Amino acid sequence: MERIRNLFLVPYGVWLLLFVIVPILMIGYYSFFDIDGVLTLNNYKRFFSPTYFSMALRSFWYAALITVVCLVIAYPTAYFLTKTKHKQLWLLLIILPSWMNLLLKTYAFIGILGTHGPINAFLGVFGLAPRQILFTDFSFILVAVYIFIPFMILPIFSALEKLNPSLIEAAYDLGASHWVAFRRVIFPLTLGGVKSGVQAVFIPSLSLFMITRLIAGNRVITLGTAIEQHFLVTQDWGMGSALAIFLVIAMGLSMWFTERGRRVR
Amino acid sequence: MKRVIQMFIAVLAAAALCMYATARINHLQGYSSGNTLTIYNWGDYIDPDLITAFEEETGIKVIYETYESNEAMLTKIAHGGHSFDIAVPSDYTISRMIEQNMLIPLDHSLIPNLKYIDERFLDLSFDPGNKYSIPYFWGTVGIAYNREMLEGKEITSWNDLWDESLRNQILLVDGAREVIGMALNSLGYSLNETDPEKLLEAQQKLFDLVPNVRAIVGDEIKMLLSTEEAAVGIVWSGEAGAILDENPNLDYVIPTEGSNIWFDNMVIPVTARNVEAAHKFINFMLDPENAAQNTLYVGYSTPNWAAMEYLPEELINDERFYPGREITDKLELYENLGKHNQAYYNELFLEFKMHRK
Repeated sequence: MERIRNLFLVPYGVWLLLFVIVPILMIGYYSFFDIDGVLTLNNYKRFFSPTYFSMALRSFWYAALITVVCLVIAYPTAYFLTKTKHKQLWLLLIILPSWMNLLLKTYAFIGILGTHGPINAFLGVFGLAPRQILFTDFSFILVAVYIFIPFMILPIFSALEKLNPSLIEAAYDLGASHWVAFRRVIFPLTLGGVKSGVQAVFIPSLSLFMITRLIAGNRVITLGTAIEQHFLVTQDWGMGSALAIFLVIAMGLSMWFTERGRRVR
Repeated sequence: MKRVIQMFIAVLAAAALCMYATARINHLQGYSSGNTLTIYNWGDYIDPDLITAFEEETGIKVIYETYESNEAMLTKIAHGGHSFDIAVPSDYTISRMIEQNMLIPLDHSLIPNLKYIDERFLDLSFDPGNKYSIPYFWGTVGIAYNREMLEGKEITSWNDLWDESLRNQILLVDGAREVIGMALNSLGYSLNETDPEKLLEAQQKLFDLVPNVRAIVGDEIKMLLSTEEAAVGIVWSGEAGAILDENPNLDYVIPTEGSNIWFDNMVIPVTARNVEAAHKFINFMLDPENAAQNTLYVGYSTPNWAAMEYLPEELINDERFYPGREITDKLELYENLGKHNQAYYNELFLEFKMHRK
C-alpha cells in the first residue's frame, strides 16, 4: 500500500522537478555568465551599483505602498462583506474583474485616466480640470491596487468567516468596547488571513512590469521591468537572471518573515 | 476514486475530440504540410486581401503569425520549434541574423520583380548585395506634433524639443537606440556613435530633457497623440502617416540635424520548410500593383518605384513620407554595434529612465 501511494507522487514529483526546480537552478546558473558567456560574479556586483540598487529599493517601496493601500481598503470591505445578506453575490462582483484579460483592463484605464477621459471631464465640472492623472505615481498605485485587491479581500474574508462569533460576544460581555474587541480579539484572530493577503499582493507587486510602461509611462521602473528588458531587448540573460535570483530571495524572505510571525503567536 | 477516473477519462476524450476537430478543420481548409507558407510579420502589416490573392494565384495556403518587436521575433526563431518561411525584420536585426547564420540566401533568379526596387534602397550596409533580404517598407524616425496644442509653434529640429514651452508634453518611444540616437543627432554626432565620452554627453543632454518628458511608451504613442494626451511624440514615419489621417492637427517632421532611416526587409529564416513558396511570395509582393495596394493599406513608404504609378499623386509628392535624395542622403541606418555597445546603450537608457524630475 505504501509503495502504491508513493507511485502516485511520481507524476507531480516529475512536474515539480522539471518546471520548478530545474528552472530555478538554470536561472541561478545563467546568473553567473556575462553577455560573452564568460563565467563571472559581475552581475551580482552590478546589482549593488547605484542604478540597480536604487531600482530595487524603489520596487520595494512601491510594492509596500500597493500592499498597504490594498490592506486599508480590503479589511473593512471584507468585514462588512461578512455582515451582508448576499455574500456570494458580493464576492462574485469582487472576483469578476479578475476574469477579464489584464491587458484589456489596463488599456481601459489609459482611456479613463487620460486628459480627455471621463475622470477629467468630471473634475472639469468643478473647474479642476484638466489635470494630469495618467503617467503619475498616483495612477500607477491606483491601477495596481485595482488589479490586486481581490487577492487581499478573499483571504481576509475567509478568515473573518471562520471566526467564532461567540468569541466576539464574550468580549462584549466582558465589557470591551467595539474598538477594543476589534483590536484585541477580531484582528489578532484574522491575522493569518491578512498575512496570506499581504503575501499574495506584495510578492507579485515586486515584479510588476507591463503597467509600469502603460500606466506609469516608464516613470516607475521596477525590477520586473529590468528583467523583461534584459531578456527581450538587451539579451543579457545573465543580468536578467541575477535580478530574478534577487527577487526569489526577496520573496523567500518576505514569506519567512510573515510565517515566523505567525508561529510566534 | 471511480469518479476521479471517470472525470479523467472525460477530460482526455474532450481533448482528443478537440485535436481531431482541429486537424479536420485544417484539412478542410486545404492546409497540409506540403503546400503551406508560414509568414511571421509585424501586426497589421499586410493587406489581408493580398494574402487571399496570393493563395488563389498559387494554390498555396498561408498561415500568418505576428510579432511586436524584432527582439521577440529573433528569440522565437532562435529557439526553433516553429517553421516560419518568411519574416520581416528591420535592418539592424537582419545583420544580427546574418551573423548568427539564421537566414537562407535568396535565389535572385526566382525574384525577377526585384528590378522594381529603387536602387537607393538596395545594397545597403546591413546586407551587401541583398544576398539575404529584400526591402518591404522603409521610413524615418521623426517628430509628430500637434500644431493646435502648441499654438502655432513650429518644430523643425531635435533641439526644439529642449524648449521650455514643451514642459511635460513629449512622449518618447521606449527604445534605447531611438532615444540616445536622437540626443546624439541633436549634438551633431552620428547615431551610431560608440565613443563612451560622446555617449555620456548625450545622456547628460537627455537628463536635461526629463522635465519635458511626459512618458516613455511603446505602440501606445499613436493612440496617445491622436487623442491629444500630449502634444509631441517621437515616432516612426509609418505610424505618423496613420495618426495624421486620424487627427488633422498633427504634423510630422524629419529633424534638420538628421535622423534614422530604417528598412523592414523580407527574409527567409533557416526554419523555413517551403523555400520555394517563400520566393514566390517575395516576388508576388514586389509586383508593382500588389506593392501599391499594400502601401495604401499599411500606410508606410514603399521602396518600389514602379508602384508609384499606382499611388495617388499627393502621397508620393509628400516630402515628409517620400523625402528626396538630398534628405535621404543625410539620414543614417542603425548599424549593428555589437553586443557590448548595445548593452552600454541599454544601460545608459535605463539610467535615463530612472532619472527623476
